[in-house]
Amino acid sequence: MSETTVALVTGASRGIGQAASLALARAGLPVAIGYRSDREGAEVAAAKARAEGVQALAVLLDVKEEASINEAFTRIEGELGSVQVLVNNAGFTKDGLAVKYPTETWDSTIDTNLKGAFLCTRRALPRMMRARWGRIVNVASVAALRGNAGQAAYAASKAGLVGMTRALAREVGGRGITVNAVCPGFVDTRMTEATRQELRARYIELTPAGRFGTPEEVAAVIAFLAGPETSYVNGAVIAVDGGLSA
Amino acid sequence: MDMAELQDKVCGILADNLSVPEDKVKPDSRFQEDLDADSLDLVEAVLALEEEFGVTIPEEEMEGVKTVGQAIQLVATKLGVAA
Repeated sequence: MSETTVALVTGASRGIGQAASLALARAGLPVAIGYRSDREGAEVAAAKARAEGVQALAVLLDVKEEASINEAFTRIEGELGSVQVLVNNAGFTKDGLAVKYPTETWDSTIDTNLKGAFLCTRRALPRMMRARWGRIVNVASVAALRGNAGQAAYAASKAGLVGMTRALAREVGGRGITVNAVCPGFVDTRMTEATRQELRARYIELTPAGRFGTPEEVAAVIAFLAGPETSYVNGAVIAVDGGLSA
Repeated sequence: MDMAELQDKVCGILADNLSVPEDKVKPDSRFQEDLDADSLDLVEAVLALEEEFGVTIPEEEMEGVKTVGQAIQLVATKLGVAA
């Protein structure tokens, strides 16, 4: 691993992304905090990361836009160093029954959750290959493993991410690069905030842990997969869901 | 840059990237059979060539490249270096 190893977490202004950035900072990695709209949240995350004693940078990165990805990576490479740990976390969801689901919403779900992760990965890989070291962690979802009514687009995007994880693990596994996925269950974040109370109660009932998870509980697994010791875990899909998919 | 110079440079970069001794990399060397390079090795080598020479080599142009000589020719064409 080179000295300039930097972690980039997309969608890191809040929730699981922010928690993952902080976990990586705690592990001593300089972190780039990717954000699309919540600059303030990203700056707060960066300040928290700096408090852990590492360099941190909030960087505008819309994973739906190739130009934005390129700009962000170039800036990170200039100011922090080479992105050798990539956490594809930026995600979008809008529930709705299939018969009434707008095409545009389907497209933006796939574009953010699946294509965005691919584009960031493609931009990051050459340097990882050259360094013969890299860690890619894709934040999928329990929705990739068990279906939820009203989540056809979200489930498809996340299942796609799992497939991509496995294919890439085989493609670059010989280069000291690992590609793994975590599948969070119900976690208390902005994304699940809108969940109706009765639905929330039902989710808790379905989860052996008997509660929603915290972003930190997911971040711990992301940091584990991003660490130097996890060199023999590749193409793994790890549920972090309080037992929901068990 | 003339062709001989370009050839030396390309061979050097390829040797470096494919981790083979430089004297093994000749225009008639075949990537797969002689240099033991798989498709990902080739992509890596092309990335290095792109960076060194400031050119872009799209995937469809890489497809026909089986020998070191073809790679040199590809870069030469991009740079406008005559044989």
